[in-house]
Amino acid sequence: MSKIHVTTKVNGDTVEFLADPRETLLDCLRDRLGLTGSKEGCGTGDCGACSVTLDGTLVCSCLVLGAEVQGREIGTIEGMGGDDTLHPLQRKFIEHAALQCGFCTPGFLVAGKALLEKNPNPTEEEVRYWLAGNLCRCTGYDKIVRAVMDAAAEMRGEAA
Amino acid sequence: MQYHTPASFEEAAALAAGAKGTTRFLAGGTDVLVQLRAGMVIPDDLIDLKRIPGVSDITRTDDGGWRIGVAVSGAQLGAHAELVADWPGVVEGMELVGSTQVQGRATLTGNLCNGSPAADSVPGLVAACASVEITGPDSSRTVAVQDVPQGPGKTCLKPGEVISALILPPRGKNAGDAYLRFIPRTEMDIAVVGCAVSLRLDGDTIKEARVSLGAVAPTVLLVDAASEAITGTTLDDAALDALAAAASAACNPIDDKRGTVAFRTEVAGVLAKRAAKIAYTRAKGA
Ligand code: FES
Ligand code: FES
Repeated sequence: MSKIHVTTKVNGDTVEFLADPRETLLDCLRDRLGLTGSKEGCGTGDCGACSVTLDGTLVCSCLVLGAEVQGREIGTIEGMGGDDTLHPLQRKFIEHAALQCGFCTPGFLVAGKALLEKNPNPTEEEVRYWLAGNLCRCTGYDKIVRAVMDAAAEMRGEAA
Repeated sequence: MQYHTPASFEEAAALAAGAKGTTRFLAGGTDVLVQLRAGMVIPDDLIDLKRIPGVSDITRTDDGGWRIGVAVSGAQLGAHAELVADWPGVVEGMELVGSTQVQGRATLTGNLCNGSPAADSVPGLVAACASVEITGPDSSRTVAVQDVPQGPGKTCLKPGEVISALILPPRGKNAGDAYLRFIPRTEMDIAVVGCAVSLRLDGDTIKEARVSLGAVAPTVLLVDAASEAITGTTLDDAALDALAAAASAACNPIDDKRGTVAFRTEVAGVLAKRAAKIAYTRAKGA
């Protein structure tokens, strides 16, 4: 089976890889590019642990083929903070203890960031609906929702 | 598995017609990749339609309707204010499919071609009198959406044929549509019953109506008797009761732990009433 040569942008950097036609974008990010922040919880679009942005749209990278992303722009958890700084969402997740095992966390952070870019002032209900495709088996979600609300407030410049 | 990226629908149809083994077309991929992963369907040829010009566009047709590309995602539909103003019921049906992440990829055409009787976007399209343009290896044709599903997982598409666009008719004045579904939780579930109603008013009176039910038969249904029950009425209580009775009478559902036959049949009537009221209110406001 011949591999497909793909050139694409990940977190602003141009990257190249060879993809097996059946390999998902998630597989390619993790195994070809060494970006292991995105996780595979289910591989079938149910858990959101593999969330990335594709040309700015939030998607499950397990439901995208590596071969499909030729010439597109991908955003992953690795691109979220700066070299020495955390994104406000990352900081608030720590402050609110919004993670335990951490497996779901990259997906929640990428999804949360996509939400706040679209809607900087979401209600709790909007946060819960937006994140309905991200599953967490540890926290019970409350701390995650509080962390997202608090990060949103901080990013709007309101004292939390 | 061979991965193809044709530059036109004619090329896609020719590829499919010439393929020997299992073929799948790839648009949003939210069903195809799940089946691939589960080993249920491992295509020999996977034909990605997203490189074809125009597949991600929503455009007004000359007659005032809409042409929706086969790779337009649910998220794109929801973000299109003019389309939402014309066909809120069609868009709200699609927006119930899956999570935010799935909405970023899943398409109306894919939801239709997956052939599920419970597909949330299909009743709205049927009620709206939507149609699809089909490109085949030799010729193309246009088919009404209600004639596409032929049974669970089955469509009217012949080998080599591919849907090249979805067409919504002009909405026109004093009209509205709505879709409602029942699920046992608040999000992220598959319809136990779904119902879409599209209608047009003349003053307070319903001039024309179309009622479609999902998840209560082997295919999505267009229920003429339900449409007739409210046409010529002002959607008074007697008309609503007649609508519910006609909707329930059309049901031929499965019986499973998510809903018994009796439950699905009853709920179809309840949803028909509620969806008709929403469509009526929307038509008044337009
Ligand atoms: S791994 Fe992609 S949604 Fe679970
Ligand atoms: S922190 Fe363990 S799954 Fe969410």
